[in-house]
Amino acid sequence: MIVVFSLFLLSLLVVTAIAIVRSENLFSAVMLSGIFSLLMALNFFILDAADVALTEAAVGAGVSTVLLLGALALTPTEERRRKRERKVAATLVTVTMIFLAISYASFDQPRIGDPDAPVHRHVAPWYLEQTPELIDIPNVVTAVLGSFRGYDTLGEVYVVLTAGIGVLFLLSAGRPGLLPHRREPRIESSLKSHLIPHVVGRVLIPFIVLFGLYVQFHGEYGPGGGFQAGAIIAAGIILFALLEGEGAALKVLPPRVLVGLAIGGALLYLLVGVACMLLGGNFLDYSVLAADPVTGQQIGIILIELGVGLAVTGTLLSIFHAFAAREQ
Amino acid sequence: MSLEAHIPALPVIVPLLAAPIAAYLRPRHLAWAAATLASIASFAIAVLLALATRDGSIHRYAMGGWPAPFGIELAIDSLGALVLLIITGASTLAIIAGRETIERDIEPHRQPLFYAAWLMVVAGLAGIAITGDAFNVFVFMEISSLATYVVIAAGSDRQALTAVFKYLIMGTIGATFYLIGVGFVYMMTGTLNFADMQARLADIPYVAPVHLAAAFIIVGLALKAAVFPLHAWLPNAYAHAPHAVTAFIAACSTKVTILVLLRFDFVVFMGNIAEHATQFALFVMPLALLGILFGSGVAIFETNVKRLLGYSSIAQLGYILLGASFVDRAGLLASVLHIFNHALAKGALFLAIVALGHHLTRFEIRDLHGIGRRMPWTLGAFSIAALSLVGVPGTAGFISKWYLIVAAFGQGSLGLVLVGVIVASSLMAVVYLWRILEPAWFAAADPVAAGAADDKRVGEAPVGVLAVVLLAAALNVWFGLVPAFPLELAGHAADELLRHVP
Repeated sequence: MIVVFSLFLLSLLVVTAIAIVRSENLFSAVMLSGIFSLLMALNFFILDAADVALTEAAVGAGVSTVLLLGALALTPTEERRRKRERKVAATLVTVTMIFLAISYASFDQPRIGDPDAPVHRHVAPWYLEQTPELIDIPNVVTAVLGSFRGYDTLGEVYVVLTAGIGVLFLLSAGRPGLLPHRREPRIESSLKSHLIPHVVGRVLIPFIVLFGLYVQFHGEYGPGGGFQAGAIIAAGIILFALLEGEGAALKVLPPRVLVGLAIGGALLYLLVGVACMLLGGNFLDYSVLAADPVTGQQIGIILIELGVGLAVTGTLLSIFHAFAAREQ
Repeated sequence: MSLEAHIPALPVIVPLLAAPIAAYLRPRHLAWAAATLASIASFAIAVLLALATRDGSIHRYAMGGWPAPFGIELAIDSLGALVLLIITGASTLAIIAGRETIERDIEPHRQPLFYAAWLMVVAGLAGIAITGDAFNVFVFMEISSLATYVVIAAGSDRQALTAVFKYLIMGTIGATFYLIGVGFVYMMTGTLNFADMQARLADIPYVAPVHLAAAFIIVGLALKAAVFPLHAWLPNAYAHAPHAVTAFIAACSTKVTILVLLRFDFVVFMGNIAEHATQFALFVMPLALLGILFGSGVAIFETNVKRLLGYSSIAQLGYILLGASFVDRAGLLASVLHIFNHALAKGALFLAIVALGHHLTRFEIRDLHGIGRRMPWTLGAFSIAALSLVGVPGTAGFISKWYLIVAAFGQGSLGLVLVGVIVASSLMAVVYLWRILEPAWFAAADPVAAGAADDKRVGEAPVGVLAVVLLAAALNVWFGLVPAFPLELAGHAADELLRHVP
């Protein structure tokens, strides 16, 4: 049964991907990419990767769709027609070659879920066995991301921050200030005048933010963590901005605060690592943060997850406002 | 633990700490100062590490205190230390020399963000150079790539945006290919650590996914390293970036990718895929030779100086890959040495461009006409670096070309052809550089050239900038006369890479 369902989802994924490529209307391409992410999230869920599914749903289907729409507000909705015959042929050849190569390799690859597959016999069992003992939290994924491979996660937070800095840098060209207040609202005008989204949205916002906080602080026990929580909270606040006007949202969280959140979150993560060094451990070795190493690990993970959440929320909202503030 | 034990982790931590602070610092001069200080500190650490690896030792650091295959391990060998030295050195010289031109070309309120992005490039590239973990390479590749796109897009003409968009697409495809390859290796080994991959691949009964992984990784990295014929993004990205950024990234960014390519192929694949040495040579050598001839050939007909030097970089990357494709000690030694010496020569050339950029707004060859009379010191430094690029005895470029030619003669009957290509390309380099230098020294200023400085009051660049440019040129001579230090590191790097080759 699950195989049939997977096949169905994967076929839909391919169809959606082709539809995105072929679509000349950018608005429908954006919507299709949201659908693509949702299908992807379902696939991850079928593979039992609940943490990844949550991230993909929140970031891919949620926030990035809104950001793309924000960018679309600055451009025409129709793609400019160009000669494309030659490129189609070249693309088809490339895609076919890669497809054949991957199919060739797939004959030798272990079956999905095979307990004897190399991935299940080397580091993964060690993580499963050692996590209860060394870190004592139920969600092993959080243990791997937060502690065992915490240096990678630090890197990912900086990727997010770099993206934010990049967008602010590019969109602030030719005018003073990072995120000036716009004279006239644009995006929100369409939603504000509709009664039903307005009423329903207002009811939803507190629950979205609350759910975000739950995902943030429950990450040690269930699927979730800073990345997902940051995206969900940002989505809630973006919804607020769409309903109540961007100005109202900026009044609650001004641009300097948002940039400060992004930078502060990344710095918090890094400084936890530095604190570990000062207390006599290696960089990001949270064991030294408390007298008991296991407690130290838990404190460390909670702190760095908080840093991740702040950085992601701050960056996503900064990017959103940067697009929304841009003159057409 | 004493501070000394943390030194391997510091080249990444220092710029990562300084970058967010620089983004928030006002006034903007403080942001520059923070970025410069962080860059100098990283350079000092890199020097320490390079000195420490002179004896061929590998310095390891367990991130988070977790042992190697379970946690992420930094492993700094001579190759990593050498590349780290290039990254931090290029960043330091370029950021000091570039202060005035950046101040002029980028609006004041954007400068803190620019310097933050600059430090992210340093952190990202340094993170790649020192890590011993294949996925960690990808993470830091993302940081450095994103930040590189940003600093290139800071170029003052709008074409920078088109150039950087092309680079972004190409770079993303390259990184994705690399990630797919790492995914396949992980699927077959269950590990992400380079050394552990090497050890575990030996017991794998199935080879198809590993072959495919090798293919994806080499193509992805070749795309990011601008190996011919995947170089299309490079010349325009160099040409339209701010001068200081070009000086920085031209010296190091493609070389870091070459380092990953060498690590993966030599450490992980050579010992575990039958005939991989032959496959590698057959794949890389023709591309290297074509790249050498193509890059030099196009450079001869190019009229924009920065783009011309970009094409020259494609040819020079060809030399680096050619040495590696011999899969022997002499070839790898020449290859690694050329990574260092080309960074010196190209870095010095672009630093001279930064100095010239104080008075020139465009860099068509005719804009440089007669500039030698007004800025003799800058053009003198440019000329010395040009000699080093050609490989004239007494300069750094000569040393690595000499080793490359000696290594090529070791290739039997093919050797003569290889040497012929190297010599031909060097002569072509003489031609394209002479096309710049001859009118720059001897011609009268072209009154029609729009970018030319329009009056005779124009003099040298500010003393600080000039000092950096002259220092870079002097380093080309210094390492041409006393090459012991890079030679030692390159020797150990070659030994380390060949340790796993049967």
